[in-house]
Amino acid sequence: MRVNLTVNGEARQADDVWPGESLLYVLRERLGLPGAKNACEQGECGSCTVYLDGTPVCACLVAAGQAEHRDVRTVEGLPGPDGLDPVQQAFLSAGAVQCGFCTPGLVVAVHDLLARNPTPSDPDIREALAGNLCRCTGYENIVAAVKLAAGA
Amino acid sequence: MSTTTVGAGAGIGTSPLRPDGTLKVTGEFAFSSDLWADRMLWGATLRSPHPRARIVGIDLTGAVATTGVHAVLTAEDVPGKKLYGLEHADQPVLAMGQVRYAGEPVAIVAADHPETARRAAAAIVVEYEVLPPITDPVAAIDAEETVHDRGNLLRHVPIRKGSLEATAPVVVTGEYEVGMQDQAFLGPESGLAIPAEDGGVDLFIATQWLHGDLGQVADCLGLPPSKVRLSLAGVGGAFGGREDVSMQVHACMLALHTGRPVKMVYSREESFHGHVHRHPARMWYEHGADLDGRLVYVKARIVLDGGAYASTSMAVVANATTLGVGPYKVPNVVVDGYAVYTNNPPCGAMRGFGAVQACFAYESQMDKLAAALGLDPVDVRVRNALEPGDTMPTGQVVHGPAPVADLLDRVRAAAPPAQRGDDLRELPGGVANTTHGEGVRRGVGYGIGIKNVGFSEGFDDYSTARVRLEVVGGEPAAVVHTAAAEVGQGLVTIQAQIVRTELGVEQVTVATADTTVGSAGSSSASRQTYVTGGAVKAACEAVRAAVLRRAGRDDVTLRGGRLVTEGGEVVADLVDVLGDRPIEETVEWRHKPTHPLDPRTGQGDAHVQYAFAAHRATVDVDVELGLVRVVEIATAQDVGRALHPQSVRGQIAGGTAQGLGLAVMEEIQVVDGLIRNPSFTDYLIPTILDVPPMRIDVLELGDPSAPYGLRGVGEPPTISSTPAIVAAIRAATGLALNRVPVRPEHLTGT
Amino acid sequence: MEFLRPSTWDEALAAKAEHPDAVPIAGGTDVMVELNFDRRRPPALLDLTRVASLADWAADGDRLRIGAGVTYRRIIDELGGRLPGLAMAARTVGSPQIRNRGTVGGNLGSASPAGDAHPPLLATGAEVEIGSVRGVRTVAVADFFQGPKRSVLAPDELIAAFLVPAATGPQQFAKVGTRNAMVIAVCSFALALDPQRRTIGTGIGSAGPTPLRATEAEALAAELPWEGKTLPDTIVQRFGELVGAAARPIDDVRGSAAYRRHALAVLGGRTLRWAWEEHRCA
Repeated sequence: MRVNLTVNGEARQADDVWPGESLLYVLRERLGLPGAKNACEQGECGSCTVYLDGTPVCACLVAAGQAEHRDVRTVEGLPGPDGLDPVQQAFLSAGAVQCGFCTPGLVVAVHDLLARNPTPSDPDIREALAGNLCRCTGYENIVAAVKLAAGA
Repeated sequence: MSTTTVGAGAGIGTSPLRPDGTLKVTGEFAFSSDLWADRMLWGATLRSPHPRARIVGIDLTGAVATTGVHAVLTAEDVPGKKLYGLEHADQPVLAMGQVRYAGEPVAIVAADHPETARRAAAAIVVEYEVLPPITDPVAAIDAEETVHDRGNLLRHVPIRKGSLEATAPVVVTGEYEVGMQDQAFLGPESGLAIPAEDGGVDLFIATQWLHGDLGQVADCLGLPPSKVRLSLAGVGGAFGGREDVSMQVHACMLALHTGRPVKMVYSREESFHGHVHRHPARMWYEHGADLDGRLVYVKARIVLDGGAYASTSMAVVANATTLGVGPYKVPNVVVDGYAVYTNNPPCGAMRGFGAVQACFAYESQMDKLAAALGLDPVDVRVRNALEPGDTMPTGQVVHGPAPVADLLDRVRAAAPPAQRGDDLRELPGGVANTTHGEGVRRGVGYGIGIKNVGFSEGFDDYSTARVRLEVVGGEPAAVVHTAAAEVGQGLVTIQAQIVRTELGVEQVTVATADTTVGSAGSSSASRQTYVTGGAVKAACEAVRAAVLRRAGRDDVTLRGGRLVTEGGEVVADLVDVLGDRPIEETVEWRHKPTHPLDPRTGQGDAHVQYAFAAHRATVDVDVELGLVRVVEIATAQDVGRALHPQSVRGQIAGGTAQGLGLAVMEEIQVVDGLIRNPSFTDYLIPTILDVPPMRIDVLELGDPSAPYGLRGVGEPPTISSTPAIVAAIRAATGLALNRVPVRPEHLTGT
Repeated sequence: MEFLRPSTWDEALAAKAEHPDAVPIAGGTDVMVELNFDRRRPPALLDLTRVASLADWAADGDRLRIGAGVTYRRIIDELGGRLPGLAMAARTVGSPQIRNRGTVGGNLGSASPAGDAHPPLLATGAEVEIGSVRGVRTVAVADFFQGPKRSVLAPDELIAAFLVPAATGPQQFAKVGTRNAMVIAVCSFALALDPQRRTIGTGIGSAGPTPLRATEAEALAAELPWEGKTLPDTIVQRFGELVGAAARPIDDVRGSAAYRRHALAVLGGRTLRWAWEEHRCA
């Protein structure tokens, strides 16, 4: 089947989509946007977090056809004309990036958190990011990155 | 596959930004599962559902007939050696006549879409004669039924030091158990194999050890190593789980057979079956001490379940055994370690590598000893703390700093965490609203561990670095090239820092790791900054010597792109010395040699360097529900010299979190040889609500025999956080707790 | 595999009648996992996310009618005051990303005994509104589940909404997991006090083949000192014991049967006490 959607502000089209495919597969393998990652494919790790109509979701749990005529924003779409989004810059500066596999999903989740709550408390940060697993950092520098971005 | 250039940066001891960081935060960094090639096919693997069975027949008809399928291969199609393995080649590329664990690859398929490949694999009919699996490692040691033709005992390591007959007035004994932990790296096994015109293959792969893979892949493909070229693709975490070969040979076989690029990406469920795990352990300990709490002897028996294939079990059991009494002075030692074959999932390298299991047991014993003597648990440890010049149970003398007592004192002296607040998110159970304070008790516990850095027992442990210095755009610039795997730890940053420090140039490019340069060894054993860092430093020194020869000076250093005398006088610009003639040096660098263990007594200088870390854990336990929240962790570690302080702290926090996972939640549950929880729904790793804030105290005491005085960082934090947390839970509950992970059932007697 | 995209409820019912094997999908939190893990290959998916009416909720007399497509996040944000027990349960579902997309309708449709929404629905006597081209019927939540992942839904039926009374007293929900966030219930318990009618509603999750009520524990309502006196410890303890006794748990990868009974007894007592304190102070 064919799927039409808007990704990072551009109208995109994917053809020959198998209806069992996820939005994640379409983004990664058909639209050349591998930023969202495939780590668990069951909504347990948050590595595939993207905005769907402005709301962060696990792209692995969205059927490709459900994205028809929807608006998707991925980590690739976050940088502005002046370069990295402040959240991306904060992850870099705070040492919140090690292997980096969880980073794109976390960056989207933090971007959403700070849009809703610009000055989150420590428990607010942790509850908002509980759906994003990281195996490298022990989260210490991720919390630091969120605070850095919130202060930016 | 791009190279990465570090911009305005800094040398060692500072924390410049990662050169791959921008790509990682924008999603543009190419992990192995992100790769794509024209006319690419997808590979899939058919695995055994049985832990032990004879293969009576395989019918490929259905798979071959599936539209879109380009290859269906079995053991008969393996072009070269049919077996592989890191230390001992006992593992079939594809099962031959029998399977020895559930999940063992039996056949592989290449098709034009992953779903087509999966359907084709499912259409393969394998007839099995199912046999009862051998699953109890302790019984397996002497069992008549064997997993392989040889006996089930993979290796026995005995350690004998001092008197075998020593007695003591205070004796504590214990039996301990550690469950099977998974590395749970987030990026599943994946890679892309592209057939080459010369009949060889190019493999872009996430691995810890390119040349370790190269040797095994080339052997199994029946190709000379020169026709198998490996390049490191982005690695989504490793922690030991990528030291062994997984899909490497399979993808290359499919690519060579079809003449098309083949990508393989494991699902999470497949990943749980597709790599080795941390060895489950059963351990029996007896500690004897005098009335002051000084250790007189330690006797121990350690049994590690190696699963169906050897992997690195022989080295893991040597670590568990040689480090089996911990960082303590013990005059008399009798320890026996066993690694055993069973039909359980194969086990091998995971962060801590044998030291983790032993540390849970010996630290539990130290707490028991403290309780028996009415001593403070830290005091009893300090009283027995290893010091420089002491001998290990292997007879090896500990050279250089060994601040065991100091680390313990530091975590004990750290300010305690705040009292518990009322926010549900700060209580055991979190927003699941299981307590508003009822049943919650606080406990504090301590742990300290020891780990060897680098490969041991006489292994020729080296790394190769190539450094080129040239003029680019009128500026001096360096390129550093190694085969060392960046797995997230930050080695790419370190390499550039070393070059900047040694050659005094700002512009440094770290070339993609691949097999066109000599081996760097594995990114494991906390060794890569030490060994590849040492190689890069040595290559820089060779380049610098060549610069000085060309300049005809022997009294200058390289700083800020200039040749400068000790007095600060600039004698030449590097650009002028180099001209249009680049200088390139390739150096193989080795740490001091190690030696085998005596097979009867376990005596020998087997290890390169020892590393130490201590933890204090504070926990809140809901003693009625058996739920735990770790409130805070204080840790202290001697890293010799922090080349990149921010990364050092990142390693310590991350390693500590993995130890926390083992303490309270992480276990691959294996019943009758079958993994019951191969998913992130049921194999739980800590979330950000499970990992507490950490106080990290980094000591830089400097090891005179290591490059820059550094000490390996990666593994020690994982080792002692587990027993510290369990000790804290014991303190809160008064329970004995001899098994990790601690489950609610253990805390509630249900 | 076909992908069916009805844009109205009538189209959805017609599609389901024509394709009874089609699997309805909304938030995808169950269906996509089964597809991704190669557990299921249905002949068709029936996407309900374009049926706008499913995402509506409204008061219907003293009850609320909540469309099957209302997400957990909206239940927390929009209905926390009127349905506190359900909102507390919603806050424990998966991760923020899951709550942004997952729906109570989907939870009911999957009929997992571990579904977090089920205990509060049982405790409040909610009903499920089921539609088909044949008509509409409502079924009490207590009668909806037939076994693990089995419900009374006929192949041509879809869940339209659930009907639930706005809270008339304190409600609680508590869930045990072996991690402090993002965890499937080892067991869970919901409680709803109705001081006017002097009743206790209960719901047990993940400790039986279906979500269960603890009816004998509910019967203790007759013995409670409703006039605002302190709750005797003996009643709290007995209530907990009866909750534990009502469970029909098994040993599985997430926990033992014995632990589940024990934990439910603890949760039963604690939630009753919390609700009672709120009632006393009201």
